[in-house]
Amino acid sequence: MSRTEITANPLAKAALKSRAPQLIVAALLLAGYVFAIVAGWIGTPVGSSNFSIVFVWIAWWALLILVAVPLVGRGWCAVCPIPLPGEWLQRRALLAPPAEKPRSQAFRRLRWPNALRNIWLQSACFLLLALFSSVLLTTPLVTAMVLAGMLLAAMALGIAFERRAFCRYVCPVGGFIGLYAQAAPVELRIKDKRVCAACSDKPCYRGSQAGYGCPWDVFPGGLSRNTYCGLCMECIRTCPRDNIALNARPCGADLVQPSKRLDEAFKAFIMLGSAMIYAAVLLGPWGVLKNAAYRVGTAAWFIYAGAFLALTLLLLPGIFALCTLPARRGRSLRRSFAAFSSAIIPLGLAFWMAFSLSFVLTNATYIAASLSDPLGLGWNLFGTARLAWQPLLTSLVAPAQTVALVGGLLWAVSVARGIGARLSGSSLPVSAFCLAATLAMLWLLL
Amino acid sequence: MRRPELLARLVLGLLVATAIAAPIWIRSRTALIHARMADSGGWSPDVLHAQVGQPLHLSLTSDDVMHGFAVGQMDMPSVDVEPGKVSDITLSFKRPGTYTFYCTRWCGINHWRMRGTIEVTGDEPTSDNVAAPLYVQLGLDIDAAHEAAVVPGRAPSAGGGAQLADSPALSAFLRPDFYRTHSPYETWQQLRSEPQLSQRGDQQLWDMVAFIWQSNTTPEAVTRGRQLFEQNCAACHGASGGGNGVFADQLASASAAGGVNMMVQRPANLADPRRMLGASPALLEGKILRGGMGTGMPSWGPIFNEAEIWKIISYLYTFQFKEFSQ
Repeated sequence: MSRTEITANPLAKAALKSRAPQLIVAALLLAGYVFAIVAGWIGTPVGSSNFSIVFVWIAWWALLILVAVPLVGRGWCAVCPIPLPGEWLQRRALLAPPAEKPRSQAFRRLRWPNALRNIWLQSACFLLLALFSSVLLTTPLVTAMVLAGMLLAAMALGIAFERRAFCRYVCPVGGFIGLYAQAAPVELRIKDKRVCAACSDKPCYRGSQAGYGCPWDVFPGGLSRNTYCGLCMECIRTCPRDNIALNARPCGADLVQPSKRLDEAFKAFIMLGSAMIYAAVLLGPWGVLKNAAYRVGTAAWFIYAGAFLALTLLLLPGIFALCTLPARRGRSLRRSFAAFSSAIIPLGLAFWMAFSLSFVLTNATYIAASLSDPLGLGWNLFGTARLAWQPLLTSLVAPAQTVALVGGLLWAVSVARGIGARLSGSSLPVSAFCLAATLAMLWLLL
Repeated sequence: MRRPELLARLVLGLLVATAIAAPIWIRSRTALIHARMADSGGWSPDVLHAQVGQPLHLSLTSDDVMHGFAVGQMDMPSVDVEPGKVSDITLSFKRPGTYTFYCTRWCGINHWRMRGTIEVTGDEPTSDNVAAPLYVQLGLDIDAAHEAAVVPGRAPSAGGGAQLADSPALSAFLRPDFYRTHSPYETWQQLRSEPQLSQRGDQQLWDMVAFIWQSNTTPEAVTRGRQLFEQNCAACHGASGGGNGVFADQLASASAAGGVNMMVQRPANLADPRRMLGASPALLEGKILRGGMGTGMPSWGPIFNEAEIWKIISYLYTFQFKEFSQ
């Protein structure tokens, strides 16, 4: 597949090698993040009028799922403010590594436990938030607590463990961004394997005076998928042989390689099922369902939580596993299940985009109002505070959702066919599963 | 430390400090009155201060559901207090005293607990000499049972009573002081004992009672009483007075569940002839002014003025009498 090296452009390369642009964006985002925490804490408890809800769950979410993830993959992770304070404490610097290591750096940080070197913990964290999402998405104080908790957790893990343990193994957002980054038209890869093989220092992984060892605990020389590359650009800065490139590539280039990991396969189903449940709870007409999701701690909520977990962890993966049986051909079910789960990635991304289109366009006018009155206290800084709520582009929502869902289905079927060809097995049942899921989502959204 | 690193730290520190300080500063510069459902705290603050003749500017916002704001015994329209929005209002007081502000929207079963006070100070005298309410002057025990022992077979007709109004025996009953101090049942009993009316049937006498009650009010007063009832009372008592308002079931179940904060019971059925024909206007005035202690019936004394209370009372009897407000 054809690729275009973005870093071949001297301007682009200079911008990526310099830490300043990245730090400036991350610092501004950190200020916004902290502002959202404080606004959630002391601003109006009415979610639609509070900066923390409007800018986190409407503005940021729209940019993330509709723009950043599909176009840049882990581009958000490159400027995410959450690890910034922890990384500062860990590195004792915001920019280049200090000339001499401080004495206290003699303290050796822990390595992340082997048993947790997967994305199960990320999936658990995502599910934990997802089960409380009706409250989280509407209550500024709860959002503020979650945001503050993530910031503190990232700091604590940054101090205790080496590299970005929080981003790689805990962050509930990073888990699905990594999954869907495989579909993005951007990748960071080495140019020549032989150069890496000949490199004895491996500064891209171990760090040097030019930069830090890969914060994501990835050896860039072995990168073949986007999943765990945070696009932090440290390896571009540290590679003494200019052997690392940022490439533009065809969408979904990683998906031709069948996944072998069960944690990633289940992550795909957790995301797929969550999108369907969110569509039903947040956009559907079922008051009983909304009440059950909102009334945390009640019997109805426990039933809802049980159904949520059953759908995402048992039902969807279970049916899918049965669909992969015809393609087993002597392989273990685990292997065929994991391999075909790559087809769920474009499908899930399309589900989330379709869901978000409706959710975001319905609530987008709150952004302008909240900009003028971020705490909901009656201010009108830019004259937009009194802007009446109005759904945007309502006539385009349904067609756009249909295009996204049908496009996702075609993409998923294409990936399934590719995997089926590699495994010399039929992809038809998996395609049928994708079709059924798409029809269900169409019904939920339209 | 290298200069770029120092600069980066300074800028980052400044940005974060601004992000923390800015909302705190905004909050400290904004004096808002927050409305929350009574169970979540009611009005905050719930005590305001003002000076006679000085405008009092208030900015109101709701932290949960739609509320309304009005000040008792002041001729002012209610102001809607919407969630996440700010409503501004300016009040002016002519006399010092303690005013009650309250929620005018049925926000929950404890809606009536959403009250606060405005302490208005000034040089003017606090108030004119105010006479004690009639029920106090009469020494009525408004909590005692007051049911009518006899009730009419059909709703008494004020129109029918008007046709019998030429009886000279009726003139003494038409006086306002008689009307206010006697229940319809007591009036019926006295009419029944009048020798001049001995030929009249029981139902005719009930019609005369309805006429007496009609004679002590006006259609305008009944209409205003109806408005006030529907705005303030119907949530519990129901629009037709049957004790079946939107909160009635919740009040009943809260009562069944017990608890110190839920000293409530199912709202009184104002359409019940035994209850209402046995209640004098003075007794109803007491119920409205003081409230029904321990029943959930709030005290409306600080909210309604005397004229409004008598209008509500005249409307309450429309649940018993036909052709009453014509």
